[in-house]
Amino acid sequence: MTDTTTAPTTTEMGYQPVDGRLLEVEDLFVEFSTDDGVAKAINGVSFELDQGESLAILGESGSGKSVTAQAIMGILDMPPASIPSGHIRYCGQDLLTMPEEQRRKTRGPEIAMIFQDALSSLNPVFPVGWQIAEMFRQHRGMNKSDALEQAVRLMERVSIPGARQRVKAYPHQFSGGMRQRIMIAMAIALDPAVLIADEPTTALDVTVQAQIMALLQELQEERKMGLILITHDLGVVADVADRAVVMYAGRLVEKSDVFDLYGNPAHPYTEGLIDSIPRLDQKGGTLNAIGGLPPNLMRIPPGCPFNPRCRRAQDRCRTEVPELREVAPGRFSACHFAEEVLNG
Amino acid sequence: MAEVILSAQGVKKHYPIKTGILRRTTGWVKAVDGVSFDLHKGETLGIVGESGCGKSTLGRVLMRLEEPTEGKVLFGGEDFSNASGSSLRKLRRNIQIVFQDPYTSLNPRKTVGDIIGEPLDIHPDVVPKQGRRARVQELLDLVGLNPEHINRYPHQFSGGQRQRIGIARGIALNPQVLICDEPVSALDVSVQAQVVNLMEELQNELGLAYVFIAHDLSVVRHISDRVGVMYLGKMAELGEETEVYEHPTHPYTQALLSAVPVPDPTLRGKREQIVLVGDVPSPANPPEGCRFHTRCWKAQDKCSVEEPVLQMRPDGVGEHESACHYAEPLNVVHAEPDEEQHHYAEREDDSDTLIPQTTWRDDSPFEEPYDQKDFEPGAGGPHGGV
Repeated sequence: MTDTTTAPTTTEMGYQPVDGRLLEVEDLFVEFSTDDGVAKAINGVSFELDQGESLAILGESGSGKSVTAQAIMGILDMPPASIPSGHIRYCGQDLLTMPEEQRRKTRGPEIAMIFQDALSSLNPVFPVGWQIAEMFRQHRGMNKSDALEQAVRLMERVSIPGARQRVKAYPHQFSGGMRQRIMIAMAIALDPAVLIADEPTTALDVTVQAQIMALLQELQEERKMGLILITHDLGVVADVADRAVVMYAGRLVEKSDVFDLYGNPAHPYTEGLIDSIPRLDQKGGTLNAIGGLPPNLMRIPPGCPFNPRCRRAQDRCRTEVPELREVAPGRFSACHFAEEVLNG
Repeated sequence: MAEVILSAQGVKKHYPIKTGILRRTTGWVKAVDGVSFDLHKGETLGIVGESGCGKSTLGRVLMRLEEPTEGKVLFGGEDFSNASGSSLRKLRRNIQIVFQDPYTSLNPRKTVGDIIGEPLDIHPDVVPKQGRRARVQELLDLVGLNPEHINRYPHQFSGGQRQRIGIARGIALNPQVLICDEPVSALDVSVQAQVVNLMEELQNELGLAYVFIAHDLSVVRHISDRVGVMYLGKMAELGEETEVYEHPTHPYTQALLSAVPVPDPTLRGKREQIVLVGDVPSPANPPEGCRFHTRCWKAQDKCSVEEPVLQMRPDGVGEHESACHYAEPLNVVHAEPDEEQHHYAEREDDSDTLIPQTTWRDDSPFEEPYDQKDFEPGAGGPHGGV
């Protein structure tokens, strides 16, 4: 949970979180222009992240969860991507209007990111120690040997056995779980205030996933980082997140505390997702699958984007886009009939 | 129980490691190293395990896409490990396969009609030529696709729809066994449920037996009647779904199950958590004795010498097969009732064994003696030791 009492008041580069608030995304839009037309990947997304908080962004492929992360990091390829409107404020300063040079300096010391596929995210022709040390040389101006020494310490911190001997090894010489640890070491190298983890365990086996999630939680606790966890795995979210936002077709459909979200979802899509997954602790009968498919982002249906698949859909849902509104204290849902969903 | 339709007996598949310019064989990757099980008519046998455990290779051997290095695969009592030509073709009519990746397992240059109709062309006796198009449309309808889309190409379908095409191709010949190699792993959650439901419906309608290979333990539990857990080319545990999930007796199964997150935040921190250290050893050089002993918190000297046999062992309510010398059941799937929550701490004296310690409540006197049941076999666990 949010713990501002022990969290640092000033971040690495001298940014000051206001009332523990690190990040504010406000009404963000992202589009991709393609040969076939404009794909509207994100259509008005707003959420916030506090110090020490774990926020999950939950959604299926194409829902815009990774694009949101890339927009926050400022690593979208523009073009084809463009951000027609919206704000991303880090400690009150808008990252989108910041000069590129200043923004570059926030990547690493302030906001860092872990990617899904560690093998393709690490450079195959440089030793892992060199790649971790690069963070210190680039951002802190450290000399080679000091930086390498820091890299060894970080590798030890993320529990890579024999770190000192393996600092000169190449990415292919590590297993998937170890590579993900190296990615984490790079991400936390400069003590960022915000860590974005984009499907950090999707490519890993379940026992390794447990190790990596435990490590991430431990580091977050230790450094009071704000963590944005992007995933499609409802189990992982239930295990680690404080709050969650659920995305569908580039919109937030629900924003809530995780306990409320799972206990009593306020949007039919969330409800459908929770009902459609088999559970380890129950044999269960027929799964309540959500019919149909997620929409094509170039042809998002009018009204509520979920209406063609929603069993509660009415005429109003086909014409009027539901706003994300507070339907109960601290609970937001973008459904015209959220109250009915909440009451079962 | 229904009759045995497919039976694997001591199946091994070793791949040579060739090195040097002479491509001499310098070792063997023991992908599957002695697996035996029976598959009964109309049942689903789930095979779970982590990457590299040999589950996909096993599927390919069952289908005779790979010839087993050793051991036998019997279909309807007939050994076909060395079958070829027409007898192999006859067999394949009864055993079909659905692959994981719906993008690469369908030929992009063929129409859906050609893809699903191909097995019917190879086995012309199943459906007469003039009836084939109708049969393909019937199959499309059966798997929930529009029969009018028979002339479309794979790229015009979504991932879930492509997997339905793969399933339609798999059942085109009315096989008795369908081997499903990670059929839903590539699909999104909401689509995955649709395909799982479809597979269950087809099984009920057509009386198919499934070998369902997957790494997702929740999906496997949902669909399977029996489950086999593989580790480094061997079966660690095999039994009825309820027994394996509710009363797992092999430490590896226990660790695997405990690592799967359950989508219920109220269970956070309340389930047994066993975190394994290290990685899976290389199948080219598997450990002596029990293959899991290098990562097992219960390992004794015996485990590194003597290989445990997969045999019936008590699981608390009955028995099922487990390959552990020290097999004993442990609940890892459900939250433990509060009063039974243990913490394990290392004893401060010379003993290096782990002892269970009940959680002290604020009102409980510190001298409160341990409950005797904490020391009974089965109450012990891996906390802190791994």
